[in-house]
Amino acid sequence: MANLARIGSFARGARALARGLLGTATGAVDGWMGTLLGEDFNRRLARVPLSLTSQGVDPFGLDPQWTKWALASAAFLHRRYFRTEVHGAANIPTGRVLLVANHSGQIPIDGALIGAALFMDVEPPRFTRAMVEKWTQTLPFVSMLFARVGQVVGVPENAQRLLEQGEALLVFPEGARGISKTFDHRYQLTEFGLGFMRLAIETNTPIVPVAVVGGEEQYVSVGNVESLAKLLGMPSFPLIPQLLLPGGQLPLPTKYRIYFGEPMQFAGDPDDDDAVMEEKVWVVKSMIQSMLNRGVKDRKHVFW
Amino acid sequence: MSEVGGAGSIVVTGVCGRLGKRVVRLLHREHKVIGVDRRPFPDKPKDVLHEQVDIRRKKLKDVFRHGEVKAVVHLGVMHDPRASASEHHEWNVAGFAKLLEYVQQFKVPKLVVLSSANVYGPQAGNAQFLTEDAPLLGGARFSEIRDLIEVDMLAQGFFWKHPATETVILRPVHILGTVRNAPSNFLRLPTVPTLMGFDPMIQVIHEADVVGAIASALLPGKRGIFNIAGPEPLPLSHAIRILGRATVPVPYTLGKILVRRMWSLRLTTFPAPELDHIRYVCMVDDTRARRDLEFSPARSIEETVRAVDGDRW
Repeated sequence: MANLARIGSFARGARALARGLLGTATGAVDGWMGTLLGEDFNRRLARVPLSLTSQGVDPFGLDPQWTKWALASAAFLHRRYFRTEVHGAANIPTGRVLLVANHSGQIPIDGALIGAALFMDVEPPRFTRAMVEKWTQTLPFVSMLFARVGQVVGVPENAQRLLEQGEALLVFPEGARGISKTFDHRYQLTEFGLGFMRLAIETNTPIVPVAVVGGEEQYVSVGNVESLAKLLGMPSFPLIPQLLLPGGQLPLPTKYRIYFGEPMQFAGDPDDDDAVMEEKVWVVKSMIQSMLNRGVKDRKHVFW
Repeated sequence: MSEVGGAGSIVVTGVCGRLGKRVVRLLHREHKVIGVDRRPFPDKPKDVLHEQVDIRRKKLKDVFRHGEVKAVVHLGVMHDPRASASEHHEWNVAGFAKLLEYVQQFKVPKLVVLSSANVYGPQAGNAQFLTEDAPLLGGARFSEIRDLIEVDMLAQGFFWKHPATETVILRPVHILGTVRNAPSNFLRLPTVPTLMGFDPMIQVIHEADVVGAIASALLPGKRGIFNIAGPEPLPLSHAIRILGRATVPVPYTLGKILVRRMWSLRLTTFPAPELDHIRYVCMVDDTRARRDLEFSPARSIEETVRAVDGDRW
């Protein structure tokens, strides 16, 4: 016990130092946000509605301080690194909404950029909640980070609760199949899950189809080693040659284009047969695919 | 207070635990209370009858045979991770089955069983707030909890089979206070070990609020299964901060090995699978308790967390 107490007092000392550093860093980041992202960033942040408890977090573990940092990093990627073009921002309704997007790019930067777009380019600014894979909860730091910036475990109960709170919920019905696509399958939607449609009908939520163009080229994957993925308990194990190059670990600075479609409303029985659901899902999927095709055709260049 | 009215007594099992004593203190002024516990009850209020019997013994039946029993409050669940599995099972399951038999035979109109939200178990894929319909998976990784699940299931079976008895099953979240349970003992450590990179949201409830929930459950007409949550949820780190404790973050794999080793050397009272409670979320939705049981906790989160230092505050 005495040993433990000694470690404790050491930890306290280290913590005080860390807090000092953090204080300086926070100040610096605040200044940096002002210059780089415009004063607008902090003003928009103040306008995002959050339901916090007396402990300063929301029931899902969202911490505004952490969220500010996450939004600032996403905003930096959005404005400076990927220089995202946003189309159809006016299509986002003010109440509960289910954003259904294509998934691409090996790591979920598309999610962060859609979140940044809803925060920076949509009026009033919205905070996007996304659903994360269950296995991310078993990873240290990642699980904590996701919770603090408002990402929740992807189970239907959580989604329903968030929509009932009137939140903007982002889902990728392709899941891991979509994000780990190899380069030859870029911008071809893979199989869609049906869960989001049942959810939308049950909670009477409008669906906004979202097409993200630019993600597929950030990491070029030439293959997927399924046996290795299974061994490591990961959803996929992509082969990305650029990772071997110096600096190639960063995603390529492609230009992202995000298209928000018009809200779609579906009705019916949420517990209907899969066949009935598939028809409705097909409507959304083909809408996103045609938005994608148009986006890819319209762009003049991958990088600008 | 207007719990189950009329003559007759309330039987409280496991009465000598800290929670049991609090329940008795609340009930004994207005009701005849019979406490059942094999442990001694030194500072017992004078008007409380203490039957120092083992709930597995036939003698328990005499308690029912002699006075008219209008309610049974079952708190006597043994949760001693050091006890052998068979002893545990004997006591918890066989003992409780006996108790149920008497409740049925003597037509006791009310049965309140204190289960726990731990029956759901902390899992990576848990919904943020589990409802009463969620499967009881607590035993998947932590076999010692299986007894508790079995008790909960037995009570559920009884609820359906014997509608003449109003059965109430309470599943409170981590109870904090002077009680000697794992979460309170954990937060009482001078330096609290945490798992590096994990800081789950937790729910805690003050022991006095649990007593309040039991009182609500005793009201006539209340029946069913209820999750009992405390004030708003908070991250584990905030709870530790309220207490002003130092923490030592330990990587999970190392922590598991350490705790397992310390456990076998009897240096800790925490079995290794309990580490999941400071790793994953296990929180409940208490909407049903607020609506049907009309119970909501009275104590603030600060007061609830500070209650583990009971004597100092």
